[in-house]
Amino acid sequence: MATTDNGAAGHNGDAHHGPLDQFAINRYVEIDLGGFDASFTNSALMMCVTVIIITLLTTVGMGRGRMVPGRVQSIVEMSYEMIARMLGDIVGGRGAQKFFPFVFSLFMFLLLGNVLGLIPYSFTFTSHIIVTLAFALVVFVGVTILAIVIHKHRFLTFFLPPGVPMWMAPLLVPIEVVSYMARPISLSVRLFANMMAGHSILHVFGAFVFVLSFAGVLPFAFIVALYGLELLVAVLQAYVFTILTCLYIRDAIELHH
Amino acid sequence: MPQLEMGDYAPQIFWLVVTFVALMLIMWSVGLPRIRRVIEARENKISEDLADAESAKGRAEAALKAYEEALAEARSKAHGVLAETQAKLSAEADALRAELDADLEARAAEAEERIQETRAQALASLRDVAGDVARAATERLVGTVPSEAAARSAVEASMGEGR
Repeated sequence: MATTDNGAAGHNGDAHHGPLDQFAINRYVEIDLGGFDASFTNSALMMCVTVIIITLLTTVGMGRGRMVPGRVQSIVEMSYEMIARMLGDIVGGRGAQKFFPFVFSLFMFLLLGNVLGLIPYSFTFTSHIIVTLAFALVVFVGVTILAIVIHKHRFLTFFLPPGVPMWMAPLLVPIEVVSYMARPISLSVRLFANMMAGHSILHVFGAFVFVLSFAGVLPFAFIVALYGLELLVAVLQAYVFTILTCLYIRDAIELHH
Repeated sequence: MPQLEMGDYAPQIFWLVVTFVALMLIMWSVGLPRIRRVIEARENKISEDLADAESAKGRAEAALKAYEEALAEARSKAHGVLAETQAKLSAEADALRAELDADLEARAAEAEERIQETRAQALASLRDVAGDVARAATERLVGTVPSEAAARSAVEASMGEGR
């Protein structure tokens, strides 16, 4: 059963509906691939919807590619140019566009996932640590492999910034290694925690609306304001995730910044 | 906390990989080239239009220059025609004036001549009249009528004195 963001169901009977139940994974179709659980869930449904919407935006939404773009075409072109500029500015000209399909897909996937999750009764797959961690690990492992392929053994000098006296190395190298290893964790937790916190607060205040009857106007007004903030957070977190990915790619290519 | 249900990790990862790989393939093969084509077409169109505008501006400037040259030429030609006409007109006027002067001079000379003639005539008739008057006066005073010749000579003599 689909859970809700607006909290209405939280009060209407079902005692098991707490603020965190909206994140529950529900299996629609049980699929077993040789012992591997590949069931089609509410999370998978939203991922498919996201992919379909992005595909429609970039194909049907672009229409015949008019010279003077309409609304949808403008949005798609703006996203495209924003990512292209981000890659160009941060990673820099040569070779930067190789990563464009990945970075663009990543941004659109997270953005649509975050925003679609704000629709009541839908599901936010980016509110699950396993999903954001998977993305963060793909970025982390990919960037590390990229750095090793480009710089071979000189990659290890990344953990000892140039110009640092040798006696500082025992102190600095562990710090640098830990901060490098913390990247996927901070990257994934930032997105997951933002999504989960926002949706939980919306749910809690949604429950207040019904408990307080007439005075419920106050938490309702708060929800309206909070919803606007959550929309901003949804866009911002997708942007932050993408821009950090670009920064990591730049670090891998340039090694020292 | 549903996020910590280990049993739910496998289907999420499976579908995440499936959908995201599908998305990347679609973007890489269809979506992005399409957007890039549209944006490039627009940029080409804009730069073409700018080049067209530039050449049109060049043509307009050339036309303006040609117009100014033609104007300057026409102006200098007009100046020439004006000076020529002025010279011609003043020459004609000079000629007319000279002719008129000559005519007037001739007439003045003629008039002078006539005046002299008339004066001579008047003088001649004056002698006759003076003789007659002298004879008539003599007759009244003396009672004798002198001859015409005598009167005449007397008049001649007195007129000669008077001069």
